[in-house]
Amino acid sequence: MTELSMTGPSNRRFVSVKRRPKEDGRFISGSGRFVGDIKRPGMLHIALVTSPYPAARILSIETGAALALPGVVAILDGAALAAVSNPLANAVHTPGVRCYSLANEVVRYVGEWVVAVVAETRTLAEDAAELIEIDYEALPFVVDAEEALDPTAPPVHAAHGSNVLYHRTFTWGPVAEDFASQPNQLSFDLRWGRSAPIPVETFGVVAEWDAGAEILEVWASIQMPSYGEQISGALGIPFNQVRAHYDVDVGGSYGVKRGIKHTVLAGFLARKLGRAVRLVEDRLENMVGGDMHGPDREFRVAVAFDDQGLVRSMKLRVREDVGGHTGRAPFQLGKPVSAIVGAYQINSVEYEAIAVSTNKTGQTAVRGFGMSPTNVAIETAIDKVARQLGLSRLVVRQRNFIRADQFPYLIPSGSEYDSGDYHTVLGKAWDLAQLDRLLERRDAARRVGKIAGIGFATCLEPGGGNSAFEPLLNPKNETTTWPESCVIKVDRTGGITAIIATSTSGQGHETLAATIIGEELGIDPNLIRVLHSDTLSGMPGNTPVASRMAIMLGGAATGAAGIIRNKAIRIGAHNLSCVPDQVAYRDGVVFRLDDPSQQLTLGRIALIAHREFHNMPPGMAEPGLQAVHVLQVPKGGSLPTADGRVQMYPCYSFSAHIVYAEIDRLTGKVTLPDYVIAHDCGTVINPDIVRGMVIGGAAHGIGAALYEEFTYDDTGQLLSGSFVDYVMPSALEVPNIKLAEHCTPSPLTSHGQKGVGEGGYLGAPAAVTSAINDALSPFNLECLTLPMRASLLSDLLVDTETLR
Amino acid sequence: MSRKISLTVNGAALEAVVEPRLTLVDFLRDQAGLTGTHVGCEHGVCGACSVLFDGAPIRSCLMFAVQADGHAMTTVEGLRDEDGSLGVLQDSFWETHALQCGYCTPGMLIAAEGLLSSNPDPTDAEIREAIAGNLCRCTGYVQIVEAIRLAAARRRQQPVTPMGDQG
Amino acid sequence: MKAAVFDYSRAESLDEVLAILSDAGGEARIIAGGQSLVAMMAMRLARPEILIDINHVEALAGIGTTSAVVTIRACTRQAAAEKSVVIAADIPLLAAALPHVGHIQTRNRGTIGGSLAHGDPTAEILLTAMALRAEVVLASTHGIRNLQIADFGLGPMQTAAADDECLTEIRFPIPPLGLSIGTVVDEISPKAGDYAVVGVAVEVGLDDAGICRHLRLAASGASPVPVSANPVEAALLGSTLGSADVAGAARLLDPLLDPESDVQASAAYRRRVAVGMLARAIELARDRALDRSQNQNKGDLT
Repeated sequence: MTELSMTGPSNRRFVSVKRRPKEDGRFISGSGRFVGDIKRPGMLHIALVTSPYPAARILSIETGAALALPGVVAILDGAALAAVSNPLANAVHTPGVRCYSLANEVVRYVGEWVVAVVAETRTLAEDAAELIEIDYEALPFVVDAEEALDPTAPPVHAAHGSNVLYHRTFTWGPVAEDFASQPNQLSFDLRWGRSAPIPVETFGVVAEWDAGAEILEVWASIQMPSYGEQISGALGIPFNQVRAHYDVDVGGSYGVKRGIKHTVLAGFLARKLGRAVRLVEDRLENMVGGDMHGPDREFRVAVAFDDQGLVRSMKLRVREDVGGHTGRAPFQLGKPVSAIVGAYQINSVEYEAIAVSTNKTGQTAVRGFGMSPTNVAIETAIDKVARQLGLSRLVVRQRNFIRADQFPYLIPSGSEYDSGDYHTVLGKAWDLAQLDRLLERRDAARRVGKIAGIGFATCLEPGGGNSAFEPLLNPKNETTTWPESCVIKVDRTGGITAIIATSTSGQGHETLAATIIGEELGIDPNLIRVLHSDTLSGMPGNTPVASRMAIMLGGAATGAAGIIRNKAIRIGAHNLSCVPDQVAYRDGVVFRLDDPSQQLTLGRIALIAHREFHNMPPGMAEPGLQAVHVLQVPKGGSLPTADGRVQMYPCYSFSAHIVYAEIDRLTGKVTLPDYVIAHDCGTVINPDIVRGMVIGGAAHGIGAALYEEFTYDDTGQLLSGSFVDYVMPSALEVPNIKLAEHCTPSPLTSHGQKGVGEGGYLGAPAAVTSAINDALSPFNLECLTLPMRASLLSDLLVDTETLR
Repeated sequence: MSRKISLTVNGAALEAVVEPRLTLVDFLRDQAGLTGTHVGCEHGVCGACSVLFDGAPIRSCLMFAVQADGHAMTTVEGLRDEDGSLGVLQDSFWETHALQCGYCTPGMLIAAEGLLSSNPDPTDAEIREAIAGNLCRCTGYVQIVEAIRLAAARRRQQPVTPMGDQG
Repeated sequence: MKAAVFDYSRAESLDEVLAILSDAGGEARIIAGGQSLVAMMAMRLARPEILIDINHVEALAGIGTTSAVVTIRACTRQAAAEKSVVIAADIPLLAAALPHVGHIQTRNRGTIGGSLAHGDPTAEILLTAMALRAEVVLASTHGIRNLQIADFGLGPMQTAAADDECLTEIRFPIPPLGLSIGTVVDEISPKAGDYAVVGVAVEVGLDDAGICRHLRLAASGASPVPVSANPVEAALLGSTLGSADVAGAARLLDPLLDPESDVQASAAYRRRVAVGMLARAIELARDRALDRSQNQNKGDLT
């Protein structure tokens, strides 16, 4: 049960109030501490030799010349590493798939890491890497995901037998009957090209074996649950011999910085060489071999609907190309189950999820964990229903929306949406966009021959990280606990220190914790110190994934603060010569209700707790004023049913995007002169942080919709493996996005907050797709391949008459 | 093969011996101990490595330290006011929350400083143009543009000299 | 991405530059702005044994003008050229091109000569030089030679400069007097500031009757090097650059093109867009020339 806040919307001092985030102070002065800033005595550096082939057998590796270079300390290949370590963890049950930090016996994609060179400097390691000669025997390979499904295709992991890592069809509700009963159907294919919200900082790790204490110290640019567990598992050392420090600043992650293979490599070498070892990817290592590519999907969507546009049933088939390494990727098909009907009252759903291996870079978790591509599919279906019936896309949405009076709302796949008011949020977007004027602007542009469109997306952002897709997609994984914790210490001066068990990559967790604790203890958050612990001393947690920290860390902090407050009340009452019922706690002070001038500050109470045992109330034997609170995710704890129903994510944020787009008929260049988002993430803890998540996420989404792609040729070469060819939006591509806000508090959380970390990314690609297709619709054209690049749009428009 | 270089960084004279192939960003971070400037791509696209070189923003990953011999550099550490407090530009970034992870921020501040020192009253379009060579993956740029606009307005009321310009 | 080992020489004079080049047997490269070269060295795609830094050779920087020609010395910064009143007045097409070159930060180091010497076929400066029929001067210990820009750019990343030659200056012809000049440089890039996929440069000169007496055109992105569109110029000189004439004439660019497909765009896209953008740019340049002459006429009346 979540501890509830002692304040509410009418009397909050700090929550929802503008406040400068604590973390910003160190970053604006250049005093952040990123992994690249960490220097350990005698630290060595790794550079990598990578595969030029999409598939090949490694015949021989010649290292003599490289080892002879001054400053080169060691060279490690995959065979040596595999002999003394365990494979990296897989998500789904695929025991025949064994991946290590370095390729062992065979390489499975261009850029895969084959040999690690360790030298006194990174530069020397690169010099040596060039001198390594590797003899390969090229093997058959497959880069097309549809071809990879064929049983005769070359298997990426021979021991697995095929390239199908996961294939299951879920049927929730009477799909066949619903399709038969509806007068209308439509179906379409949609492609979400491979991209990733690539952070400006690459992944990096420093590992150092402290032989005296027998601890492997790890500092990394990490965003990953079970990091310590997976390091110890791969290296075959006890969990408590690894300490990964959470107080390293992470330069952006958005899901991708799960550098377990980097860490195992550095950790292994650190133990073997007895010196600190550093691996910071250069950009080429990162793009091609870092295994940080995102979803790469082909959707087939079918919907059955009536003449009013009410969608009764939906079939969604999704084929996901996870590349040559597996890791977490197939689970990315599972999260969308938590909001598989989007914002709509769809009665039944068939969901066929297929994860396939190909000889390409491995896939990792990306912001939204598969929800954004799924939202594009669902929103496109709604748009097409409207178009087919000649109805407004907004009217069809409004008809299909789950209504405000229907919450909590149970969707066919077993999740219950906690709260929402989609109609009102859409209305706010409509008002802010001045939609009537925008429509007139579009129509006026079309009259002078421009290609213009307005896009709508009304999408959910599940939050809280009840990651029940784990047992859902892997029955051997019986995890139903996803905790988060907060430790609060009040020292004997009355100073407050909170300790959180996670790394942070820009989400402002220190500010989050301080604001909530400040609210609950009535103390200015600026005075509250927040520390990041590590994998050993940290209390249970699941790190920031799944838009969960406001919900989970917020709840844990509230719970811990409540424990402190209650103890303070008991000590205070005793020292005010009365019983707890006769006092109250407010703004850091315990006072007698009958005479508030009789009071004790939290500081005084803390001093009693720490030093004046003789003044403690009878029965209170524990000195000090501190608390640990560990929170289980709301509504979590159950395994899925046999037909694949389960409550996933507890909280459902929602946003309505309205975007105006123009396409240059000749060049295909897209501009987005007007972009509005109305969002509802429940109670906002910090307004500026929330705003940043919505706009920043939308910028990622614009990139995925229009610009970004890891493009492969048919020989398996990655053509966009540097920032020269992988194009990301700058300040000239992202418009001035305007926001409106609504709040439907969650009944499940401490302050009514929901998640917003995945933010605008979950709606923007759908909205831009909608706008482009609205622009193309007068010509009976459509574009359902993302990214919708200029050349693609120009090719589509080639035969259109110029309207004058 | 190594060369001796003398340069000014944030107003302080520095001497060092460097290999010619050491880039300016690696020199600043590893030898001058100024880790505020960041490495993002090492091929001149992301702008995280931006510094002021003789007062103008440049990409320090695209210059070798030997080329900086005899020149003056300002890094993010040099953007404070003479008395060591945060400059108006830095403070404005805090006010509008023009950052999240902080990795692109030093480069953004340098690009903004370059803009405001030659154009004290820029339009939003000019602001966006000035930071177009600096990639941010967190913010979506809106709050950054607001910060620079705010800083420009505040500076027009009260001009200050950044510390790094001294000496 | 650390460069391979090299030796560094900071030249104080052009003679020093040429002497090192002469002795190096092709293993030396000049570094001016380094905005392209250092990135290539970081990826170890370029591995000179000797790097000759020309940034302190006074004789290699500066802008000079005569009645017919503006001479830009090779190591003139793009940012300086952008601010130059001489260039704004006398080579308006280059002034129009410069804001498209990279980003502010790269223009603060990149040089006019460095861009040309690198031989990037998408470079706006090369595109402009081709349109204007600029001339480059190359120096070596053997002497000096002048080359038409069309004979200098041979292919992607390939120029006619010998291993021992240094590009010293570029000479841009000044447009004819007595005409109203309108210029347009336009491009389509993957995103703003990136290298151009297709680029066009157009300079139009109209007489008082609005007849085109001067036309300089070039297009990049649809051929191994930018093409100057002589047949299009010939077809339109003497006309008023009406829309139908322009559209028809722009198609004469097509046979000159030889595009290739790559990760950014197909050959068909490049061909089609080059022709279309050229037509658009000619019309816009014509409009600018007309605006200018109207404004000048207004000035005459006051």
